[in-house]
Amino acid sequence: MEHLYEILKHVDGYIYPNEIELQWGILIVLYPYITGLVAGAFILASLERVFKVKVLRPTYHLALLTALAFLIVAGLPLVSHLGHPFRSYEILTTPQGGSAMAIFGFVYLWYLMVVLLLEIWFDYRHDLVLWANESKGIKRRIYKILTLGVTDISPKALAWDEKLGYIITVIGIPSAFLLHGYVGFIFGSIKANPWWSTVMMPVIFLLSAMVSGIALVMFLYMVISWIRKVKIDMACLDEIGKFLFMVLILDFTLESLDQVHRIYEAEESFEILHMLVTGKLTYTLFIFQGIMGTIIPLLILGFFRIHLPKEKLRTPMYFLASCLVLFGVFFMRWNVVIGGQLFSKSFLGFTSFKLGMVGLEGFWMALIWMIMPFLILSFILWLVPPWKKHAENKV
Amino acid sequence: MGNERVNETRRNFLRKSAVLAGTILASSASQPFTAMIFAANQPDKSKPWYAIGIDIEKCIGCGMCAKACKSENDVPKDPFYYRSWVEQYTIKNDGTVSVMSPNGGIDGFMQTVPEEEIFKTFFVPKMCNHCYKSPCVQVCPVGATFESPEGVVLVDKEYCIGCRYCIQACPYGCRYLNPATETADKCTLCYHRLKKGLNPACFEVCPTGARIYGDLNDKDDKIHKFLKDHNTQVLKPNLNTGSKLFYNGLSSEVR
Repeated sequence: MEHLYEILKHVDGYIYPNEIELQWGILIVLYPYITGLVAGAFILASLERVFKVKVLRPTYHLALLTALAFLIVAGLPLVSHLGHPFRSYEILTTPQGGSAMAIFGFVYLWYLMVVLLLEIWFDYRHDLVLWANESKGIKRRIYKILTLGVTDISPKALAWDEKLGYIITVIGIPSAFLLHGYVGFIFGSIKANPWWSTVMMPVIFLLSAMVSGIALVMFLYMVISWIRKVKIDMACLDEIGKFLFMVLILDFTLESLDQVHRIYEAEESFEILHMLVTGKLTYTLFIFQGIMGTIIPLLILGFFRIHLPKEKLRTPMYFLASCLVLFGVFFMRWNVVIGGQLFSKSFLGFTSFKLGMVGLEGFWMALIWMIMPFLILSFILWLVPPWKKHAENKV
Repeated sequence: MGNERVNETRRNFLRKSAVLAGTILASSASQPFTAMIFAANQPDKSKPWYAIGIDIEKCIGCGMCAKACKSENDVPKDPFYYRSWVEQYTIKNDGTVSVMSPNGGIDGFMQTVPEEEIFKTFFVPKMCNHCYKSPCVQVCPVGATFESPEGVVLVDKEYCIGCRYCIQACPYGCRYLNPATETADKCTLCYHRLKKGLNPACFEVCPTGARIYGDLNDKDDKIHKFLKDHNTQVLKPNLNTGSKLFYNGLSSEVR
């Protein structure tokens, strides 16, 4: 409670007396951030599989496994944030149909169980069977379990794997859109909050998700190549850069349109939102999200569309661009979630937010949640390395 | 010839009847969706359906309502949790608005604006609006917050998961997360007292009778007289929350 008394001293103007405490902290910033990374990574994978952008082949499996690693973690910050985490099953057993949040469990499970796990399983089944035969001990047993007993690797069975995997990827694209568009709707449908309540919110969330997911796969592909000491496929990297540039332009345009629209309409909430943007969100919105997360990457990637410098310069620039985009999208989520709670619904004042270091809602905890998907990904990559797939090595 | 005209009419009649029946069927089928989208429950005419009237012109800002509410309902005493509070609005001569609610008005008010700068000043008691298209009921993912048959919005603290979505959705800032139960909490219109035929605490203690509540289903109830005698207004009507808290003398500055 001490921190609330501290915040009370920093209240600016008039806020309703129940508004001193921010209801959603950094964990709820992470939730749309991580979910967005999942959706974005999956969409990049489907570019290769469904839209036949063959040059992206080196990142196909990595993108899928990244999506899985991050999806496993995506719901956890949300659940741990609940006042009663052990009651979270109620969302699945007695969902209230009118609530935007009630559908999350189902969308999440659909995406995890039906789309990602199935697709990866069909994609890896052949290798799992072969690896089970080649390995020994515990690893052999794990591979055997992962085949789920389906060990038929006749050409006919493999053709079916391919076919079913393809169908699931096709279903997966609208599912990925649904997953993150839906997360945007959770915020966009709150009419009480003018900073959130915009029909553009799901679209903006979706595009920034794609931006962040593509940047994440780009980042991971470079890092993993460096760790494995293998040559980066520049054609693939350039192609990812091209897509990142395209989606970033779209994202930037729509987010700007949303702001221009707000400014031009200048509704009742305009003054307080103007103060919010030029006051409490100056750094996170203009500098972190705008300049660092959007403008600089746009300039780098845009410049590469005009002139492709040598590989030596291009690779670190791509690396920088992907890091900046990941940083910027994190602050986009921050600006939405935290920014939307800083001003009073009386439109007459502000509360304040200070991120603590310790505690369940603190910085260190958030960092743990953020590192966890990378650890899970490392484990998955160790267990089912895309670079050791038999089909890949044949090509 | 004559026969044919009759047939034509009959055919039209049948066609129109079919269209009408279809429309009725379709609209009745869509009824659950209306409930889903607006979270709007039609009042049960056999039971009372409560609404509240607050007369701003009568409020003297004594803060007894806020104080009584905290005691009656075990609301945490810290100054971050209120089911009922009073705001002091001061409109200055230059048009600027100053609003205060120190400790929800429980300890009374001090006017900080010099008298010569004041254009007008008044008190606005606030509490849950018990909306019948309430955004908080709409967003609860597990249905832990609901509207009672009497039109009172309540929270089941045994079922609430503490996601705080309802707190975000309330445009009036009437909800908080109770630190003792870790669940959403709000004004219940003293449902426990209502059920015993007693007045809610804040109504009971108001020395000027600035607040009344009554049954909208009963045309002879005092709430109807209040609505008839005064030009009332609800807060944030643009949000279409179906607020059942009607203010008399609500100035346009109040949000």
